[in-house]
Amino acid sequence: MSVRTAELLTAIVLLLASVGLMVKSAELRVDWVEGSGPGAGAWPFWLAGGMALTCVATIVRWFLRITPESRSDEPFISGTGLSVVVPAVGGLLLLLIGSHYIGIYFSMAIFLLLFVRFFGRHGWPMSIALTIGGPVVIFLFFEWALKVPLPKAYSEPLFYPIYDLIY
Amino acid sequence: METILEPLMMGLLEAFQPVNLAMLVIGCIVGLFVGAMPGLGSVNGVAILLPVTFLVPPNAAIIFLAAIYYGAMYGGAVSSITLGIPGASTAVATVFDGRPLALAGKGDQALTAAAIASFIGGTISVVLFTLIAPPLADFALAFGPPEEFALMVLAFATFIGLGGDDIPKTIFSILIGFVLAAVGLDIISGQPRLIFFDMSGFYHGINFLVLAIGIYGIGEMLWTMESTGGAMKVHYVKTTFRTLIENIKRVKTYIGSTVFSGVLGYIVGVLPAAGATPGSLMAYGMTKTFSKDPASFGKGNVAGVAAPESANNAASTGAMLPMLTLGIPGSPTTAILLGGMIIWGLRPGPLLFIEHPDFVWSLIGSMYIANVFTVLVNLAFIPIFVRVLTMPFTILAPIIFILCVVGGFAPTQTMHDVWLMLLFGVCGYWLRKLNYPVAPAVLAIVLGPLAERSLRQSLLSSQGELSIFVERPISGIILLAAAILIVLPILRILLPKLRGAQSGATS
Repeated sequence: MSVRTAELLTAIVLLLASVGLMVKSAELRVDWVEGSGPGAGAWPFWLAGGMALTCVATIVRWFLRITPESRSDEPFISGTGLSVVVPAVGGLLLLLIGSHYIGIYFSMAIFLLLFVRFFGRHGWPMSIALTIGGPVVIFLFFEWALKVPLPKAYSEPLFYPIYDLIY
Repeated sequence: METILEPLMMGLLEAFQPVNLAMLVIGCIVGLFVGAMPGLGSVNGVAILLPVTFLVPPNAAIIFLAAIYYGAMYGGAVSSITLGIPGASTAVATVFDGRPLALAGKGDQALTAAAIASFIGGTISVVLFTLIAPPLADFALAFGPPEEFALMVLAFATFIGLGGDDIPKTIFSILIGFVLAAVGLDIISGQPRLIFFDMSGFYHGINFLVLAIGIYGIGEMLWTMESTGGAMKVHYVKTTFRTLIENIKRVKTYIGSTVFSGVLGYIVGVLPAAGATPGSLMAYGMTKTFSKDPASFGKGNVAGVAAPESANNAASTGAMLPMLTLGIPGSPTTAILLGGMIIWGLRPGPLLFIEHPDFVWSLIGSMYIANVFTVLVNLAFIPIFVRVLTMPFTILAPIIFILCVVGGFAPTQTMHDVWLMLLFGVCGYWLRKLNYPVAPAVLAIVLGPLAERSLRQSLLSSQGELSIFVERPISGIILLAAAILIVLPILRILLPKLRGAQSGATS
């Protein structure tokens, strides 16, 4: 996909999203409500209307080839770019999905191991150090110091002995 | 004068409290690191680390975050000079002369000049800040909802008039930030609003941190990983105590332009859309123009390193001025600081100086100390920082990603927000590639609730008459300034065309 195509597609998607936001805002009153001023939906309704107009402007400028992007036939994401961004986003998706099942700490360990050892191609000592050190430092900081429990899902029982120690 | 000196002394004493001082020291060091790492700037550091400050009292937390902000301005120069890659966009101008100096084996000269110029710029701006902030806050006390709303319009008009980005895309970015801020319960009637797909997670609204961490953490990392690929060439710098003293003595050759750049940077920093990056570029340009030897710039002139560094430090303090006195942040980083202050229950604006003078003055006091401290650390530990900079992205990136995920979770403690953050990160990365500016959206999501409240209160008191905004003198003048800023870029496009048409008609 070229930058030119990406700009048009993005502007169309954003235009549709803006219209969707207007419709969603209009579920509430968007007109003047006697005694309490503009209705609750008015502010987002008109803002989304403005968003839609800017998207139309971008689309018009695209057809007139005014924006630099609309004149660029370079690939939107290069091959090397894809080989970096796709694994990173994929890894993040797995990290978040994992948090719902095996908890954030185990999920984090797997994410670090995959990223550092297999994506970054660093040696085992560095990979293992980060895989174990990362979750431990985060645990100490959040659970022990900040008292903010992070999601543990099905791995929760494994933490009971540690709770007994720190609380 | 006594009205300033007395609270300033109290503020300095307060900043010396052990917890505050400790946070200041850690903040400066973290800031130096964040600023020096290519791909990370003050805004990334502040966005990613704000959630961890809930551990300490608000005073110490803001001192920590503000210290990161100054530290990053110092740190940006380190990678500009040693790597030839600006550590943050604010240090772009530092590369022009810093890199040639490093290649010529004078890296230590450039680094010393950068540190000292940062100190000079920082100090000038803090003094200006101390003198201007209290009277400005006094003046702003008279502001009602119409003036507040007019100020917001002015703040966003600067993005259109001075931002230099594509105008429809800039306006889109501003508006979407406001819409995201409108999600949740309506601030006046309490009705649920924009609850997408009936997901309960939207009832508590979209925390500005979710957007800020998404864009400045995840989006920025993706962007940097794609654009750098990882390979960097470090230029090692040797320093001894004697060369350090000699380098410090060289200050007299560039002191004039450095002081001027500091004042210029401060003024530019106050404007929301401008800030440290254009400030430093302008300072570089002006110094070069007024130099006796403009041809030496770009080939390794120390004054060319000092000017932008002085300006970017001054600009970072300048951006604090409207944030603390008017409640309008002067930069994305101060927008995030403002959001943090609201979380801590402090409403930035003129009343802050009356209701929480201890908070304001300890922050100002900390600025003075942070400046002294950072210059010392910078001069002493430059070789260590350079070593850290060689850390490859494949180690730094996963650490940042993990910090983003736990940082996105901490404020509201829902996975809903973490998913939203990832979505914003990927969208932010995508839109940035298409030249949509992201900073206006972050400013807008922070200011959204305040903007909506001031607009609706104004309209309610005027029974829906929009004329209330222009009939009141202060709000009228502010809106006029905003209108000029919006019309300016349109004129810039139309005028040459009109002239072209005229000359075409006469010839």
